[in-house]
Amino acid sequence: MIWLETLIQGILLGGLYALFAAGLSLVFGIMRLVNLAHGDLIVVGAYMILIIVSILGINPFVATFIAAPGMFALGWLLQRFVLNRTLGDDILPPLLVTFGLSIALQNALLEGFSADSQRINAGALETASIPVGSLSIGIMPLLTFATAILVIFGLNQIIFRTALGRAFRATSDDPITASLMGIRPSSVFAIVTGLAMLVAIIAALYLGMRASFDPSIGPVRLIYAFEAVIIGGLGSLWGTLLGGIIIGVAQTFGAAINPEWQILAGHLAFLAVLLLRPRGLLPRAVD
Amino acid sequence: MSLLSIQSLDAFYGDFQALFAVNVALNHGETVAIIGANGAGKTTLLRSIAGVLKNAHGSISHNGEAIGALSADAVLARGIAMVPEGRKLFSSLTVEENLLIGAYAQRSEPEWTLEKIYDLFPVLAEKRHDASTMLSGGQQQMVAIGRALMSNPDVLLCDEISLGLAPVIVKKIYSEFPKIKSAGASVIVVEQDITQAVTVADTVYCMMEGGVTLSGKPSDLTKDQIHRAYFGVGVDE
Amino acid sequence: MGVGHIKVGTASSRFAAWIASGFILVAIFLPFVAGRSLLQDLFFIFSMLVLTQWWNLLAGYGGLVSVGQQAFVGIGAYAMFGSVILGNVDPVVSILIAGFAAFVLSVPTAFLAFRLHGAYFAIGTWVIAEVMRLGVAQWKAVGGGTGTSLPRSATRDMWFVDGISVLFDVKTSAARDILAYWLSLFLMVTTIAVIYWFLRTRRGLALFAVRDNSQAAQSVGINDFISKLIVYFMAAFGTGLAGGLIYLQKARISPDSAFSVLDWTAYVIFIVVIGGIGTLEGPIVGVLVFFLLQSLLSDFGSWYLMTLGVIGIAVMLFAPKGLWGLFTERTGMELFPTRRQLVIPEKET
Ligand SMILES: Nc1ncnc2c1ncn2[C@@H]1O[C@H](COP(=O)(O)OP(=O)(O)O)[C@@H](O)[C@H]1O
Ligand SMILES: [Mg+2]
Repeated sequence: MIWLETLIQGILLGGLYALFAAGLSLVFGIMRLVNLAHGDLIVVGAYMILIIVSILGINPFVATFIAAPGMFALGWLLQRFVLNRTLGDDILPPLLVTFGLSIALQNALLEGFSADSQRINAGALETASIPVGSLSIGIMPLLTFATAILVIFGLNQIIFRTALGRAFRATSDDPITASLMGIRPSSVFAIVTGLAMLVAIIAALYLGMRASFDPSIGPVRLIYAFEAVIIGGLGSLWGTLLGGIIIGVAQTFGAAINPEWQILAGHLAFLAVLLLRPRGLLPRAVD
Repeated sequence: MSLLSIQSLDAFYGDFQALFAVNVALNHGETVAIIGANGAGKTTLLRSIAGVLKNAHGSISHNGEAIGALSADAVLARGIAMVPEGRKLFSSLTVEENLLIGAYAQRSEPEWTLEKIYDLFPVLAEKRHDASTMLSGGQQQMVAIGRALMSNPDVLLCDEISLGLAPVIVKKIYSEFPKIKSAGASVIVVEQDITQAVTVADTVYCMMEGGVTLSGKPSDLTKDQIHRAYFGVGVDE
Repeated sequence: MGVGHIKVGTASSRFAAWIASGFILVAIFLPFVAGRSLLQDLFFIFSMLVLTQWWNLLAGYGGLVSVGQQAFVGIGAYAMFGSVILGNVDPVVSILIAGFAAFVLSVPTAFLAFRLHGAYFAIGTWVIAEVMRLGVAQWKAVGGGTGTSLPRSATRDMWFVDGISVLFDVKTSAARDILAYWLSLFLMVTTIAVIYWFLRTRRGLALFAVRDNSQAAQSVGINDFISKLIVYFMAAFGTGLAGGLIYLQKARISPDSAFSVLDWTAYVIFIVVIGGIGTLEGPIVGVLVFFLLQSLLSDFGSWYLMTLGVIGIAVMLFAPKGLWGLFTERTGMELFPTRRQLVIPEKET
């Protein structure tokens, strides 16, 4: 029974990691851009929500809606004016630029908010749970997981059912030919990163409500997120969810054996999948 | 005034000059054929017109306005569409999506719709939900042409439609050109195969080593003239 | 010679060779005149230079953008601590053990990492380093997650320290600094020499060929896989040596510091990028700039790091060849020419 509970906890934790990873997966899948600052941008989002909550004294979910346009704009501007310049065959420029951005963001947050850890107050939601059989499952993890599914479903609707999504895929396949269709790759990419930041602010909400955060935690979230993306396979958002679940389950089982093994178990699961399936479990795009 | 006029166009890939003072004119309702051996600069010319390569602004004009330095999306917005060499279908998109993406920057009152494309190439209607990679070469070429038409161009640029296709298929595709023209598009076709191009064209330009070596109405040109312009040597030499 | 010959040296490179020899001589004898803090600064510069040269070889020449070199610093450092604490090995010898430990560990990591390419490689190496950090934190004999210090007895009785102490008439702690300084100088000079030599071998040239024109290189059958593997192993060994040496000087270790992605990879990447990636001179310029920035700005804490991040971004966007790249574009000078030049003698008149 304890194992079943651990398994369920792991799966639900995977939802959180999938939320961290969905934006990254979108950007990586469409432009092959590795954004090493993604984790820090999520942390930026968490501070944005925190500020709005504390100034307006409103519910964090509402605050997320208020922060969302700002996050979209941030992503759009970042892509349009910085990251688009780094795209090309060479992977070094995007890696280095986003690495620099990661360091700069962390320290800007440190300067603005100090190293104290913060938390977004979600009231009674934080501890609420529902009984399922003899188990009791936290509302917050359930909500996170449901949100992850909703987000991925929504993103897939955009990608596979709209003209914008067609433009995403076409540009991803071949930006030059896409430009012959009247698509401007630089604008499409800016929208993609804007969308990724919308997902990031949702991830930030759950990050901040579920645990405390401080300016330095971005890179660790980034690693989990990347593991989920790579396990899932390039370009597949459901794959990313599966990847998140694998990391989550490995972590909770690791922790059940020895609390110090939680993170290690997640990483080892990632390396094991890489060893067996270097292209991930559900790859869509060919890299 | 020509619909499209190219005057003393020089084009470069980095330091390498691929076109030297090329002059080409396309009039309303006309079909121009550009022929030349591999590496003559035909694709470079089309890419220059389409805005994939940027050039001196004044060297290309459309309806009397300079477009040489416009980007590809701006050129398309003016009504100039291209069927690129090697078809270049989007592999992540289905057949129908490939066609729809051609209408991405749709101008008002479409002349061409999905239905009309399917009328033109009925075989595509059956395959509309297939991945574009599942089609035969000829079917892929039909999609590429349909995709370009979906933007309702008044200038259609076709780069080596016959490349890698069986002669009957090529003939079938070219037989649809009158319909395309009657829908309002003037056409530039690029071909290596002289006979095919000459049968559809009102005017022929022959290119060699980045320059135009011969132009005129097909009826006015002798076989020997074309041969010289194409290969740099006459038939008998 | 009728058809011309291949030449590698240039006038400026011969000049540079003289300068370098002079510099090494001065550096060797520097402890006789220099104060302790200068030696410590130079120790920092030299050891960072070792790390940056290896990373530059990996990423700038081999195209292997690793975000996990801290793995080898950490493994080297812990191997050094382990052999001193558990094996009673002399710390100077244990630096060699550090290098070998890093090399040995690089074999299984290469097996994993070389299945990955580009961005996957970058993330994969980072995760591997994290796994090592978390694994070492379980090693209770060297302090587990909180870390430990080198036993006083081991550093006091270290080889050469007594001799230096007598020779310079200084306390053993100052003598230790002098020893560490000399070791870092030696390591730095041999590192640059080895990399310079390697780049001029056939294996090294394969890297150039593939880096500069992958398609052409493939079409003439140049395969750089073996070269990349060699580069990876060499970099692991050299980085492990540097890790051992750096932590011998620090004399205190913890998993978080020894496997710090910021200290041993982020800084290293910035140094290489700012100086100029893919050249031997770039890291030298970069390390000097970095040291200057750090001395001027490190009191400002997070502002300093923010500036560093922004400078890194700006250089990558606007001067991707770095400061040294800007300099050579202006002057055409190369101090360590690694490219072949074809020299065609002018016709005799
Ligand atoms: N992307 C490119 N970069 C550099 N040179 C190119 C490129 N594309 C074509 N060329 C060169 O430009 C010349 C003309 O090529 P192209 O226009 O493709 O000829 P064609 O279409 O007539 O076969 C050739 O010498 C070719 O090698
Ligand atoms: Mg061509």
